[in-house]
Amino acid sequence: METILFNLFAALAVLSALLVVVNPLSRNPVTSAMFLVTTMISISGLFVLLNAYFLAAVQILVYAGAVMVLFLFVIMLLDVEETARRKLRVVSLTMGLLSVAALFGVYKSSLETTYEKDLGSFEIDGFRSEHFESVSSIGEKESFVTVGSTQALGQELFSSVNGFILPFEIVSILLLVAMIGVILLSKKELK
Amino acid sequence: MIEPTLSHYLLVSGALFSIGLLGVIVRRNLLIIYMSLELMLNSANVALVAMSRFNGNLDGQVMVFFIITVAAAEVAVGLALIVALYRKRQTTEVEDLASMKL
Repeated sequence: METILFNLFAALAVLSALLVVVNPLSRNPVTSAMFLVTTMISISGLFVLLNAYFLAAVQILVYAGAVMVLFLFVIMLLDVEETARRKLRVVSLTMGLLSVAALFGVYKSSLETTYEKDLGSFEIDGFRSEHFESVSSIGEKESFVTVGSTQALGQELFSSVNGFILPFEIVSILLLVAMIGVILLSKKELK
Repeated sequence: MIEPTLSHYLLVSGALFSIGLLGVIVRRNLLIIYMSLELMLNSANVALVAMSRFNGNLDGQVMVFFIITVAAAEVAVGLALIVALYRKRQTTEVEDLASMKL
């Protein structure tokens, strides 16, 4: 069941990501935005398969909700008329495709050499296998089930010993700064 | 059928990242370049969550939490910049935005 769902979500994510970037039927930014929403939702499905339930919910709320609405709002605001299809420069297209394919090839081959025995057996060097065993000694299933629950994530985030309270507060300031910056940027007269 | 392992998730993440990079290189509409950037950020999130799941360590998920927050702020600022630029130049094609002078 998990395998079927993984295949479904992974294929959907990659396919709609491709349609965001190189849609043969439409150059309209709105179409791209809609396919980006599909990608985000499939990625949140992948998060659920990885037991990251809270992040899956946040992914849908923030990305598929807030960010994409912002994108669509700006697209409508700019009212970009469908420009006459500019001719794609063949050189830049082929060079881009080639370089990205080369990068992906390097990544894939490095993955294959790293996880030769296809994971599970994490015993590539001493440290890793040791770490993995300490995890599995707790009881693989149980620790994996609790990992990623909202409660566990909150305890990790706000624990007083080695939590992330200070980064959390700094991020809130960052959000405030971004808000002020956006208001300043979108004033009528840009000085 | 085999169970999906860490390497499968990393492969999906790499594919998404490559597609996003392709979009940044090939497309010339500012808005679509920006969407491709979002795609690349999300592929990194997938890799982090997969690592955290298969190592039994929650730190990766905390990092994704922060990445999502920062990405939301970044989108707001970037789109405001695009709107301001469009007011001045009446275009979102990067080819028409070749000079830095407003």
